[in-house]
Amino acid sequence: MKGSIASLDLSAFLLQPWQDDPAGYGWIVLMAFLVTLSCGLIGNYLVLRRMSLVGDAISHSVLPGIAVAFLVSHSRDPWIMSIGAIAAGVLTTFLIENIHGRSRIKQDAAIGITFTTLFAIGVIIITVFAGKVDLDQECVLYGEITFIPFFDYVSLFGRPIAPQPVFVMALVTLITAGLIMLFYKVLLVSSFDSGLAGSLGFNQRMVHYGMMCVLSVVVVSAFESVGAILVIAMLILPGVTAYLITYRFPIMLVLTVVHALLSAFIGLHLGIWLECSMAGSIVVAGSLLFVLAWIFSPSQGLLRRVLYRFRWRENAETQAGGSPA
Amino acid sequence: MNPSNPPLEIHDMTVAYHKRPVLYGIDLVVPGGKLVGVVGPNGAGKTTLIKACLGLLPLSSGWVKYFGQAYRESKSRVGYVPQRESVDWDFPVNVSDVVLMGRYGKTSLFMRPTREDRAIARECLDKVKMLPYADRQISNLSGGQQQRVFLARALAQESDVYFMDEPFSGVDAATETAIIELLHELRDQGKTIIVVHHDLPTAKEYFDMLLLLNMRVVAFGDTEEVFTSELLQRTYGGRLTILSEVVDVVKQQEER
Repeated sequence: MKGSIASLDLSAFLLQPWQDDPAGYGWIVLMAFLVTLSCGLIGNYLVLRRMSLVGDAISHSVLPGIAVAFLVSHSRDPWIMSIGAIAAGVLTTFLIENIHGRSRIKQDAAIGITFTTLFAIGVIIITVFAGKVDLDQECVLYGEITFIPFFDYVSLFGRPIAPQPVFVMALVTLITAGLIMLFYKVLLVSSFDSGLAGSLGFNQRMVHYGMMCVLSVVVVSAFESVGAILVIAMLILPGVTAYLITYRFPIMLVLTVVHALLSAFIGLHLGIWLECSMAGSIVVAGSLLFVLAWIFSPSQGLLRRVLYRFRWRENAETQAGGSPA
Repeated sequence: MNPSNPPLEIHDMTVAYHKRPVLYGIDLVVPGGKLVGVVGPNGAGKTTLIKACLGLLPLSSGWVKYFGQAYRESKSRVGYVPQRESVDWDFPVNVSDVVLMGRYGKTSLFMRPTREDRAIARECLDKVKMLPYADRQISNLSGGQQQRVFLARALAQESDVYFMDEPFSGVDAATETAIIELLHELRDQGKTIIVVHHDLPTAKEYFDMLLLLNMRVVAFGDTEEVFTSELLQRTYGGRLTILSEVVDVVKQQEER
């Protein structure tokens, strides 16, 4: 029923899927949650370090990395893809820093040059070796979570526990969260005050490169589900939404989890209703949450600002009227 | 450790940005228990000097030693107050989070702040009269309050040598007085404090020693000896407005 929007029958879109195929939709929601969460966790730091554009860059420039990794190994094993992605991520970071540091070119321009060039090289590799590279450009760019094969289970102690893609994504999320917990202090102080961090002996370059490696792995794992373009939204949206609600960093991390969970759920149902790309609907759901936070945030929302101004004016008027000069 | 080793010794330090030298051949021995002001025109390399001492910038030549040891071995004895404008005050942390960062160098990288760390942080906040603001988000602070928080963080570092980059810029008069009192107190405890300062008239009042800097060391010594119109003119070169200000200050000094 493409080309039109189905009427909004809540029971059909909210309950039906869970009655028909609870396991199938369950894995999709879990996968969407894990993708959004791992992106959101690392994305918090991108937002706070004013590096949102770097997330954009890495998400595109890992393409040649995985293409080369595939050409060399003839395998789509997640470990090999991750190695390719890390190599491409480190190369991107290295190129950006050197173009920016060793010429008059500013950082935003250096980012713009680097990631587009690397992405173009990736596109060339894929098209030239089209027969050999089993990577679909469409899939790399847009991804589609519903096309992910959820039937290939990973077994632990002889028991199937989860489909392989979900298992890998869960592992990536756990590693990301674990690294953030382990290096919490270093990441916090180096994001807030790089001068102090440096004087305390924390190597800023190491922190930066380490973060880019984690980002590359997260992005490449999210590729299949959401693609290179929409992954940028997943990196930034949870962080900025949480940033609008709280003033405390630990709470921001917790809110990232909430945002990921809500956008996965809402996105799934939006996708079922509109019969559209699930990746797109998850991102739109995430953006919707951002807009809600922007307007209704108790501490800094638009509504509060308007009310505050209104009340202030009212007070000023009653004071002016109440006391005849 | 040899007690005769000075808290800070710089030998033949040269620092360059993009192959253009910003500081040349700096030689300096700072004795203990002194409050030292670093004075010079814009672009003289004052901030660069501090950053190079803290290992934040690579040296083209020379070395820096603290109590006879390289920075790497002595970083827990060195505290730093960067320029207030160098950080994003919208960052989602509160006042005590910032002060606790001063304790990060004291414990293992992976350990959470201990109860002792928190107690010290509160003590330091109390010293700068910011304890009532401990849970306040940092973007809701005035310039003077922000500077006090930075100072409390430096105190929490419990260092022997401090570098402070323009701690008096953009603060209210009460904060300025509070900071200078605190610096005198630290000095009386035998700590060495090196402060980049912009304002010449107060520089004379505040500091025991002055370093007149303009890419090279123009002069370094006790304030009374160094604060002369001749040396200040050499430091500030042909900048007339500053020069006339300098002449006024020196004149006032001679009239007293």
